Amino acid sequence: MERAPVSRYRRPWIAAVQKGLLCGGVAVFLALVGMVETFAGRQIIVGVFSLGLALPVLTAVVAGYQGSQRQAGGVRGAPVVRGALAGAAVGAVVSALVVLGNLVNMRSMFVSASPAMFAALSFGRGTSGIPLVLLGAAAVGAVGAAASFLSAGVRRPLVTALAWTLGVGLFQELLQILLHAEGARSAVRELLFIEDGLSIRGATIVFALSWGSSTVWARRGGAVRQWHGRLPAPRQRVLRLGSLGGAVALLLLVPLAAGPFISQVLVLVGLFALLGLGLNVVVGFAGLLDLGYVAFFAIGAYTLGLLTSVGEYGIVGLSFWAAVPVAVAVSLVAGVLLGVPVLGIRGDYLAIATLGFGEIIRILVLSDFLRPWLGGSQGVLGIPKPMIGGFEFRGPEQLFYLTLVSCALVIFVAMRLRDSRLGRAWMAVREDEDVAEAMGINLVNVKLMAFAMGAAFGGLSGAIFAVMVGSVFPHSFQLLISINVLSLIIVGGMGSMPGVIVGSLFLVGLPELLREFAEYRFLIYGAALVLMMQLRPEGLWPAEALKRELHASEEVGAAAGPEDLAASDRRGGG
Amino acid sequence: MALLEVENLHVYYGNIHALKGISLKVDPGEIVTLIGANGAGKSTTLKTISGLLRPRGGQITLAGEDLSAMSPHGIVAKGVVHVPEGRRIFGRLSVTENLEMGAFTRTDRSGIEADLERVFGMFPRLRERRAQVAGTLSGGEQQMLATGRGLMTRPKVLLLDEPSMGLAPVLVDLIYDSIKEINASGTTILLVEQNAFMALSVASRGYVLQTGEVVLQGSAADLKANEEVRRAYLGG
Ligand SMILES: Nc1ncnc2c1ncn2[C@@H]1O[C@H](COP(=O)(O)OP(=O)(O)OP(=O)(O)O)[C@@H](O)[C@H]1O
Ligand SMILES: [Mg+2]
Repeated sequence: MERAPVSRYRRPWIAAVQKGLLCGGVAVFLALVGMVETFAGRQIIVGVFSLGLALPVLTAVVAGYQGSQRQAGGVRGAPVVRGALAGAAVGAVVSALVVLGNLVNMRSMFVSASPAMFAALSFGRGTSGIPLVLLGAAAVGAVGAAASFLSAGVRRPLVTALAWTLGVGLFQELLQILLHAEGARSAVRELLFIEDGLSIRGATIVFALSWGSSTVWARRGGAVRQWHGRLPAPRQRVLRLGSLGGAVALLLLVPLAAGPFISQVLVLVGLFALLGLGLNVVVGFAGLLDLGYVAFFAIGAYTLGLLTSVGEYGIVGLSFWAAVPVAVAVSLVAGVLLGVPVLGIRGDYLAIATLGFGEIIRILVLSDFLRPWLGGSQGVLGIPKPMIGGFEFRGPEQLFYLTLVSCALVIFVAMRLRDSRLGRAWMAVREDEDVAEAMGINLVNVKLMAFAMGAAFGGLSGAIFAVMVGSVFPHSFQLLISINVLSLIIVGGMGSMPGVIVGSLFLVGLPELLREFAEYRFLIYGAALVLMMQLRPEGLWPAEALKRELHASEEVGAAAGPEDLAASDRRGGG
Repeated sequence: MALLEVENLHVYYGNIHALKGISLKVDPGEIVTLIGANGAGKSTTLKTISGLLRPRGGQITLAGEDLSAMSPHGIVAKGVVHVPEGRRIFGRLSVTENLEMGAFTRTDRSGIEADLERVFGMFPRLRERRAQVAGTLSGGEQQMLATGRGLMTRPKVLLLDEPSMGLAPVLVDLIYDSIKEINASGTTILLVEQNAFMALSVASRGYVLQTGEVVLQGSAADLKANEEVRRAYLGG
């Protein structure tokens, strides 16, 4: 008891340094796996700030933010000093790495410990850059700390503006393609970008614009919402339909404006979203953990391939439109066939059993035994593109529409299923199988329906995948696909359909757009999943039920003012 | 004729012989209780009646009709509903959704509405918390919900497994009041309890189970007066 005042006085500083050292360790890790160097190639603000630099800077911000958290009160400004201390600790660890790299050649152990990496870490000055590193890190840490006690009204717009600037810088390639045209668009491009990044002028403009509009929204947003709330219901409906229509129109225009590369990425996002929507029925709605989901993707793709191919293994040469229903039906039946043997298996065991099924399908199509019909590792070639009248779904720009319509259709069906009697039965099974059974739910039917519907959606995705690539090979159907799909469901929010789309955009779309990420894809996946489970276990766009469960305590004080929002923010961050 | 009759029931978990030839019967409108020490086989008996476990020998009949080969949902459809032990509610669904799930097999909308009101009338706490996520209810409230959900199936025979487990005395009284009320409205009840005193005070007859066998049976009054029962289960 006597020592309490002493420790209260001393601990926050120690804690701040500890957090800083921890974050410094993260920064060193990121550097040694090569991310800093690889990402240094991606300019955000040309000549000033690269994505590579963003990594250690972000760790210092986090360190500062975290370091300032312990124990409010005390001396005014103390949190900022603690934040600076935590930041400096990050700088110290990074400097230590630079010094070490100067003394010994680390490349025999760490391939990425290259001169370029050390240059990126020390502002290109080697050991003489260390004071700068320390100072910079401390400053950044102080900023991170300051962010934690700014009022929400000030911090929100700042964070938003920074995020926008970072985002515009990151996606400059995409934006420059979009703005690649004569006239006004090209003028905007020249205003914002030089070479492969934002110009300083551009960064200032983006920052100022997003900061301004965010501040205005923070002030006036409430009034707008009130105005909207006061509108009579039919008018609100019209508004909602209008904005929905606007969004659809925008979506329809995307391929025209964005060109083949981005359309291709979006088609991929769409295919994974389809897979996600299907697996979501199985895992999210019915709670059956299926790790062999790729099997249905494969079955859909192969069925379509065999039915439509004009190549060696084609059997009937159906049109795409005639073959798709068959592919979906075959997958559906396969779903039931998979379901039957695993009906009595629960939880972890189910995951393992289904994992086996996924591998069996892949190995079967690879086998010599089925080679005469499926082509073994050579695959099925010569799958023609779909046609409607004279319109051919030739490339990604056209296939985008096919994927979009399929997604819309599947979302509609899945929504109806969720709200049906069957959907409620799925929910009950997910919550407690035994009790569901005791309530009179037919477990066999209900589970088989979940497997069947999930498989059908997966098969549809596979069919579109087959025409997109124009051929199907066994190696396209690795276990990793199942894992990807499961991850995107978890990141988006288990059981939530908008969550699936968001998850697919993040986990499939982002790595495609940011090529540097590709190499570290699974590192980033892993980190994203761990962070997700820590900070936002309900997912980016959670389903209602989950949100209720995980934030039950917060909901009690439903009338959250800005202060409460700030509080929940801080909780999210800590 | 007995409404529910169990004859010479043998149940195994692997090669553990859990029920060694149990026989019991429940007449229409009765409350019958099954008491016994931990691991005696009380829950096993209920699970077997509701079809969650398959007996290796013996017979279960409801008004003369054989239940022992029926699926669990078939048995629910016949009007035998099991409220398992341990407050197994659907944690992420709201109170109302949980109750509605109880009426899953029913299609009579107005009847469901009326029964919802009846359950809320019986447990006003649930009405107050109708929109709350069931997982965040207190233990007692969860037990009320589980019992209420069982009622929503509109059973002929309700199999209640330890409805008072872990509840404060006031709540035990409340649950038992509702058991009496449910029974008074025409539902036959087979009640499994650790709390032998409470069970024998509402039941008309009882069976004492010991390591998978019925060792004693009789009217509730006789059992309450029985020396052995007093010593073993009534703490006196
Ligand atoms: N799934 C199972 N696998 C193996 N043995 C089991 C299983 N379930 C129950 N048993 C065993 O069967 C016996 C009877 O269990 P049961 O659950 O019916 O007891 P109970 O009378 O309900 O006890 P309690 O009052 O503690 O709930 C116990 O010895 C128990 O260990
Ligand atoms: Mg028991």
